[in-house]
Amino acid sequence: MTEKRVAIIGGGVAGMQMAIHLKERGANPVIIEREPTLGGKVAGWYVLFPTFTPAEQVVAPLKQRIAELGIEVMLDTTVTAIAPTCVTLQHGQLLRCDAVALCSGSTLFDARIKEEYGYGIYDNVYTSADLEQMMREGEVRMANGERPERIAILHCVGSRDEKVCQRHCSKVCCVTGVKQAIELKRMMPQAEVFNFYMDIRMFGPGYEEMYREAQVAHNVHFVRGRISEASPLSEGRLQIKAEDTLTGRPLRMSVDMLVLLIGMRGNDDNLPLATSAGITLAENGFFHPRNHFLDNVESERKGIFMAGTCSSPKSIGETLCEATTAAERIINYLNRSNKA
Amino acid sequence: MASNFGFSISKPRVIDIDRNNLRKSNEILREMPELQSCIGCGSCTASCTAGNLTSYNFRKVHTLVRRGEYVGAYEEMNKCMLCGKCRLVCPRGINTRKVAMLIKRKLGDF
Ligand code: SF4
Ligand code: SF4
Ligand code: SF4
Repeated sequence: MTEKRVAIIGGGVAGMQMAIHLKERGANPVIIEREPTLGGKVAGWYVLFPTFTPAEQVVAPLKQRIAELGIEVMLDTTVTAIAPTCVTLQHGQLLRCDAVALCSGSTLFDARIKEEYGYGIYDNVYTSADLEQMMREGEVRMANGERPERIAILHCVGSRDEKVCQRHCSKVCCVTGVKQAIELKRMMPQAEVFNFYMDIRMFGPGYEEMYREAQVAHNVHFVRGRISEASPLSEGRLQIKAEDTLTGRPLRMSVDMLVLLIGMRGNDDNLPLATSAGITLAENGFFHPRNHFLDNVESERKGIFMAGTCSSPKSIGETLCEATTAAERIINYLNRSNKA
Repeated sequence: MASNFGFSISKPRVIDIDRNNLRKSNEILREMPELQSCIGCGSCTASCTAGNLTSYNFRKVHTLVRRGEYVGAYEEMNKCMLCGKCRLVCPRGINTRKVAMLIKRKLGDF
């Protein structure tokens, strides 16, 4: 089986974890990454829920292991078509292989599309990804350099929203919003933080406990209502409107900063890739496994596998598990095709 | 004053689904099944001009109607100006303005 080649599309945590497992089991993985560096979305995050572990502590060891094992990595390289035995790269160049793994992740929703929240129009409207970036840089500041005293965090931006054709729940933004609320309070205990939600989805170990911590230890205010619009006030402040549905009354308030918890959507090139491979996409534009139970990391077509958020929003832990499982399935597949 | 110890008899507050007649409510949902997808987010109420100026709460009224609480719903819905702002923001894509008209039509005799 040695030197069976597996083309892994995407060098985020899914692709790296999978490559390491494949290499350790004697296959020859090659990671094809469109960006100039490995690490994917996680590399842009500051700390991770629910343990506030620095993202770097996940990304760096994976990268190091890739280097130690001498795994081949092609950076700045886009894949335009896939088949079980061959992937086509950007300039029509072909890469022969014995199996393909989709680890291509997802795309963060472009908050500018929800114009009513003013992202890219007014100062002091940020996305959850922008906030992570600010935290990595060590400071959360308004556009005028001042510390925000009142911050609103809005859940479900670009998720669960027919108006932007994203019906699905992005699953990890609720817990990200709670994590970010706690981080903001730890950095600026004087600041007031309000989370506006439609439903709070705390599905994982320690998540509900974080929610409770945000309430009890930090007095984060949770308002059950979706912000309908933001408008500018003087000095970069914003006025937001919602219904406080638990009291049944409209609510408005001014804030120094509005953070939009943007969701994950399927990549734009999922469709051309799926079409080239002869597989179908889920209704929400993500890839989907052959079934959600015993073949949950395999596509409809033999020889094409998947792991991570390319097949649905999921947490980093879940992504890593899937990558490991998929590597195992790929090894079995390569062994079988060897005998045949 | 002192004789009633601050108590008085009022209509029970409870929404009694066993007693409420859901026929009208079901009729409304049959005509506009999209209302079934409401997640109670309150965006409609938040955006509603009438609701920001008066006690009118569109989300509350259509939710009460779905529970079979029709009394006063028609009068409340009459505060709606049919401007359609709520429709622009509903994340479920419900034609909320049409919901307002439908409730008025169905409950005119309540
Ligand atoms: S996880 Fe929470 S914030 Fe994210 S889409 Fe689902 S309900 Fe909305
Ligand atoms: S259509 Fe009626 S309920 Fe909707 S926003 Fe206008 S006044 Fe309010
Ligand atoms: S905006 Fe739509 S989903 Fe939200 S409460 Fe109103 S009708 Fe329901």
